[in-house]
Amino acid sequence: MARDDKHPTRHPDYERKPLSRRAFAARIAAVAGVGGAAAYLAGAPADWPLSLRDPTGLRSQPVHRPVTLRDYRVEKPSGAPDVSVFRGTGDAMERLRRALEPLGGITHYVRPGDIVLVKPNVAFDRSPNLGATSNPELLEALVRLLLVDARAQEVRVADNPIESPADCFAKSGIRQAAERGGGRVYLPDSNAFRVLSTPGATLIAEWPIFRRPLTNVDRVIGIAPVKDHNLCQASMGIKNWYGLLGGRRNQFHQDIHEIVSDLALMMKPTLTILDGAHVLMKNGPTGGDPSDVKPGDAVMVGVDPVALDAWAFEHVLERGRDYPQYLHLAEEKGAGRVDWQGRVREERA
Amino acid sequence: MRPLERLPHYRPKRLLRLTNVRIVSQTFFFVAFVLAVWATWTSRLGGYPVSRLLEMDPLVGLSTALATGYVYRALGWGLLVLALTLVFGRVFCNWICPYGTLHQFVGWLFNVRKPAERWASNRYRRIYFLKYGILTVFLLMAAMGALQIGLLDPICLMYRTFATAIAPASDSLLAVAGEKLHVDGLWLDSLKFGPGVERRVFVGSFWIGLVLFGLVAMNVVIPRFFCRVLCPLGALLGVLSRGALFRINRDVHRCTDCDMCLSRCEGASDPQGKLRLSECFACMNCIDDCPEDALSFTMLGQDARQVVPAPDINRRQLVFSGIIGAAALPLIKNDGVNTDENYSPKLIRPPGSVEEQEFLERCIKCDQCLNACPTNVLQPATFAEAGIEGLWTPVMNFNIGHCQLKCTLCSEVCPTGAIRRITVEEKLGKGKFKEQGPVRLGTAFFDRGRCLPHAMEIPCVVCEEVCPTSPKAIQTKDIEVKDVFGNLVVLNKPFIVPDLCIGCGICQAECPVTDSRAVYVTPVGESRSKERRLLLHNRAQDR
Repeated sequence: MARDDKHPTRHPDYERKPLSRRAFAARIAAVAGVGGAAAYLAGAPADWPLSLRDPTGLRSQPVHRPVTLRDYRVEKPSGAPDVSVFRGTGDAMERLRRALEPLGGITHYVRPGDIVLVKPNVAFDRSPNLGATSNPELLEALVRLLLVDARAQEVRVADNPIESPADCFAKSGIRQAAERGGGRVYLPDSNAFRVLSTPGATLIAEWPIFRRPLTNVDRVIGIAPVKDHNLCQASMGIKNWYGLLGGRRNQFHQDIHEIVSDLALMMKPTLTILDGAHVLMKNGPTGGDPSDVKPGDAVMVGVDPVALDAWAFEHVLERGRDYPQYLHLAEEKGAGRVDWQGRVREERA
Repeated sequence: MRPLERLPHYRPKRLLRLTNVRIVSQTFFFVAFVLAVWATWTSRLGGYPVSRLLEMDPLVGLSTALATGYVYRALGWGLLVLALTLVFGRVFCNWICPYGTLHQFVGWLFNVRKPAERWASNRYRRIYFLKYGILTVFLLMAAMGALQIGLLDPICLMYRTFATAIAPASDSLLAVAGEKLHVDGLWLDSLKFGPGVERRVFVGSFWIGLVLFGLVAMNVVIPRFFCRVLCPLGALLGVLSRGALFRINRDVHRCTDCDMCLSRCEGASDPQGKLRLSECFACMNCIDDCPEDALSFTMLGQDARQVVPAPDINRRQLVFSGIIGAAALPLIKNDGVNTDENYSPKLIRPPGSVEEQEFLERCIKCDQCLNACPTNVLQPATFAEAGIEGLWTPVMNFNIGHCQLKCTLCSEVCPTGAIRRITVEEKLGKGKFKEQGPVRLGTAFFDRGRCLPHAMEIPCVVCEEVCPTSPKAIQTKDIEVKDVFGNLVVLNKPFIVPDLCIGCGICQAECPVTDSRAVYVTPVGESRSKERRLLLHNRAQDR
């Protein structure tokens, strides 16, 4: 065995690993490259390109890109009233058509190919006769009207209920009604909400909204029951938009009139429809006992939601002219006019 | 090439052989199990027998029968598995049980053993007697009134883990994908990632998940560790299989003692020698692996000397297990955190639950009710609420959700009657149940020091708004005050009418004072218990 100067007792398994000048340089260059790049990303001033440096901790805060809602209103035909009421019993489709007639009919408001969101009130797990949720018969008629008469591309039906969404939609009969009519039900889940910006709103200038069903929507129609409300006196067309809010919305009860008037600012619907078939006169907004409900015959449609709610408060809930404060606040915010005199057309069968 | 294919005797196998039929059967039952977990949800339950696998579990039937003296609703389905075992042996373990399938699959997927190690790992070991001891302990305790079988029964264990850990995990992964992947304008619209249900959380599900993870990981140490060492259901079927008509039989004239049959023996039942019948899962792998065709699954022509029919547990071990069971019972029962004098204010049981002691004799902790609950209010109990005995039994947490007025899903899916099947009519106390009144889960109370109108002169009363009874159990005294800033405010100060309160907890769930709620429900006054009653007269019903 040849003598090894450096390792006089060389082990048979030992193998000397060579390190050439070139390999050494490459190794150093790699270390410098990776280390230098990391040092640049971490240490370069924040405004340099690709820099990840966050000296104050503010750069890493999440950036909300709030969505906005369009104004969904449509100019009514000249000479048409702002609120149209039809009184009569019988076929829901017939009643709805007759109520829409003075306003120019559904085809004036919805163009063929439009995507329409219909927003019922499905807040609670209640059967339809208890008056706490929207009337499914009228909803079905509306969905059919939109798809058949107005030739809408898609009709979406959505709400964010207080109780379990799947149950509320099923037991209020809204899901079945929507599906019978050919509409598509959107239930909220943890990824359906986005922050909405509502300029001018006091409480919900930026607040999460049930966004998924509103994506690419052309027209929005609210369809709500007329019912008593423990805190704000009445829940009608404007209060119905509460059901699109997400987040800890139960804080809003500390200033209920402000939030309801904000809702009038947030959503400017194409039409608002109120149903007076099952009117929850007391124990609202949940009800629960058939004796709380008064049967009626009115279908109300309005292009001015404030006037519509005022009229229904006076004539359907029979509470006189001492309107809820939120209607006056909504008028101040420019969402409509409380004084309905001369702007309502009422017809009977 | 696989090692087998290198042998001179190697012949290609038929496609239609017992092992392949077995894989089809296992896949079917595993998929059926996952579908049942998925379908146990308010919008998907359509009269499907989602509890069938739990009802078919003979250990559930036997232990609840021992504890209560009766067989509830569909628990007779367990006889099917008993009959199957008496004819074919422990086929349940390797043909039906989804938990066994999970272990076998994971063992196959992560198998890192060389053939020689594999043969060694599939030899019978003394420790496998342990499951018979566990079964003895559990059955003895059940007979004395403490049902703990659900801790280790494979179907209960798997259902609990899938309902509280796996299903929410898959939901939240979808939601995270939806939040993180937003590319505007592309088809990858983040709003499209919808889990279909609102995000559910289960208190302590981490530990439930960890148990599954740990048991599955044990396959690396001992193949089918849970099935061979711990499974009390396997032990019960093992005891029964000693008289099975069919079994694996070894033709000693053909056998060359090559031990190839050990390479994939799931039960470690010594097919190469005297078959330990009570350990054999009837997986049929040994028949596949025998190069001499010496093994068969047969009823006729069995070799009487090549079998050990009885489980490997001796009288001393049995007596010792019995002593452990008898000693554990008072230790668990006398823990003192769940008596009628001292019980947790958070121990609120779902509607239809029978009285607490009877409840504990029936609940198998399968947590199917939790999975069915549409509001996520049902949670697995921790030691704090229900003590050691009630671990992972269902309790209602009204910070998370509330009990929906017209929902009885938990009572419909409960396989053992811990939550007795009730109708909406019975729950609400309507119709013929008017006399007995609604099912009350507890009573709501106000913490006036935290309530906004009471303590701070700030309007609120969400609780009154959402109160679902008619007339409302939360009513208000309305007063007008001048607050400290000089503003006139109308305060609706809420108070409880206990006669009307059903303890549904929606007031607590919706209370804006979120950390420690200003209105909260405790179980006192629950209608299932006389001992935990609150009011002597119900003024609403006496009217």
